[in-house]
Amino acid sequence: MSDDTVRTVERIELLTAETSEGPQELLTRDQTKSSEIGREVGSVLRLDGHSFDPNSVDYERRDDETMIINMGPSHPSTHGVLRLMLELDGEFVLRTKPVIGYLHTGMEKTGEELSYVQGATNVTRMDYLSPVINELCYSMAVEKLLGIEVPERAVWIRMMMSELNRMSSHLVWMATNGMDLGSTSMMIYGLRERELILAFFEKTAGLRLNLNYVRPGGVAADLPDGWQDDALVICDTIFERTYEYDQLLTGQPIFRQRLIGVAPMTAEEALALGVTGPLLRSTGVAWDLRRTMPYLAYDQVEFDVIVGTYGDNFDRYAIRLNEIRESIRIVRQCIDLMPSGDYRSQDPKVTPPPRARIGESMEALIHHFKLFTEGFHVPEGEVYMAVESPRGELGCYLVSDGGPKPYRLHTRAPSFVNLQAVPLLMRGGMVSDAITVISTVDPVMGEVDR
Amino acid sequence: MIALSPSAPPGVLTSEAHCADLCCYPTREQYFSLIESFKADDFEMCVDLCGVDYLEHPGRSLPQGVVRTRFEVVVNLLSLSKKQRVRVRVQAGDGEPEVASLFTLYPGTEAMEREAFDLFGVLFTDHPDLTRILMPEEWEGHPLRKDYGSGRVPVQFKEAPGPR
Repeated sequence: MSDDTVRTVERIELLTAETSEGPQELLTRDQTKSSEIGREVGSVLRLDGHSFDPNSVDYERRDDETMIINMGPSHPSTHGVLRLMLELDGEFVLRTKPVIGYLHTGMEKTGEELSYVQGATNVTRMDYLSPVINELCYSMAVEKLLGIEVPERAVWIRMMMSELNRMSSHLVWMATNGMDLGSTSMMIYGLRERELILAFFEKTAGLRLNLNYVRPGGVAADLPDGWQDDALVICDTIFERTYEYDQLLTGQPIFRQRLIGVAPMTAEEALALGVTGPLLRSTGVAWDLRRTMPYLAYDQVEFDVIVGTYGDNFDRYAIRLNEIRESIRIVRQCIDLMPSGDYRSQDPKVTPPPRARIGESMEALIHHFKLFTEGFHVPEGEVYMAVESPRGELGCYLVSDGGPKPYRLHTRAPSFVNLQAVPLLMRGGMVSDAITVISTVDPVMGEVDR
Repeated sequence: MIALSPSAPPGVLTSEAHCADLCCYPTREQYFSLIESFKADDFEMCVDLCGVDYLEHPGRSLPQGVVRTRFEVVVNLLSLSKKQRVRVRVQAGDGEPEVASLFTLYPGTEAMEREAFDLFGVLFTDHPDLTRILMPEEWEGHPLRKDYGSGRVPVQFKEAPGPR
């Protein structure tokens, strides 16, 4: 055990002046401190934190018995640019270390350069599978600091769009998960159903993926004429097809064997690691922010929080499949209960005036000019707003210094935190199960790296 | 607003906060034991930990008696059983910010602390693996600091000159 290669707080010069790519990677055992190995094999979740479990798969291993290999960053099953370093003993995974940052584009820094109105275009690109929910979280944080109320119709539109987005996100997950497990038909079906939702998004917001639809003060546009019919068709079609997925996957023996009992996690481990979303619910903890800390109008609609028992891959699969059905329930209620009224706040400091008013009103012209050159000023303060994204708790920590741009915009990305469960879930499993673990943890790398 | 638990270190300043039941302002010495008392008080999860650089905004509003420093580490704790949120803002220091690592209390802070180190240069004592996480190893400086020269190097996708 040599400590020269280990970078610690006492050796600051190594922290900042390191030129090799090495230390972020998984090192061989003789180069790794016992506390770090303890973390990598997950023993920190047990007992006093550093002791090894004698029954553990990698109790007293030597380096010549094992092999360290790379998986990624451009492996088809890594859903982007996740790079995993695996320590293998034959076919079994002993240690795992996710190496991330390949998609880091400094979006939090960019957020400080953009005004509050422009900010939504930035955050929507973080979790590119659930853009509406990213915008929602950001907008709600801004509105909290501004102290403005959003009209009721805007709240319900936001809620409906969030749920449609949750469906599309879970459908992509169903598709890629099917693909990872060799069911290429599911890949086609999942993307086919998602297309319905994207078409609705295009009709509503003009864009398919990065919508910039939810903005501080409300939403960008009212729902298009005949939206009820479109939404109903989406609900009916996808609801019916979820039962086709059941026939294709849920009851299929090979698929079940690949998932059931593989990579289980306990509730204690999930809580300790800060894991949220379907991963946490799969362990039996009924924690869904839509229910436990309601925002928007989630306290006025009926839906069930889907909870698993064993925390294994199959539970995570079943939770996501059933959450699609619950989202359909919520969308149906949104169609019935959608109130009429404004779709954005009428506060002229936040919402630009209608085009027709600019020609006739001096005030409208001034507001329009100020809003699009400088943006609105947000009172000084800080706020942490959390919503339930398809992947877990999406948080937005926003600091304002009273100016027109955020002083600090931090996103608590659920995938970033959930990724810490990967070493724990993969440990002791086979390499082929490692693929299913990445798949069921469902990291979106745009959000992990931001 | 909720009260601090009796096991919390004495003298921690608190205030109300947006979207949280309590905001605490411990000193660096009180920080770890305060979080420990929250953990014992059924705050099962540390949802978020991030750094903030207040270089350009030193006059932020803080309760009377909080010694302002340039860097702040903000921790958001969540209690699932009580459905409460608590925010802890610790003044981390000016030149070489350093606070205790929460890794032994909440193992899930491992990646978040690495991120705060990577982007702000906040050091976390006793963190098991304090390396860069988002930036490449050879990167110089901490990009989310306010005095970091963003835009210093013109964007060029081939053969970018000089140090990054």
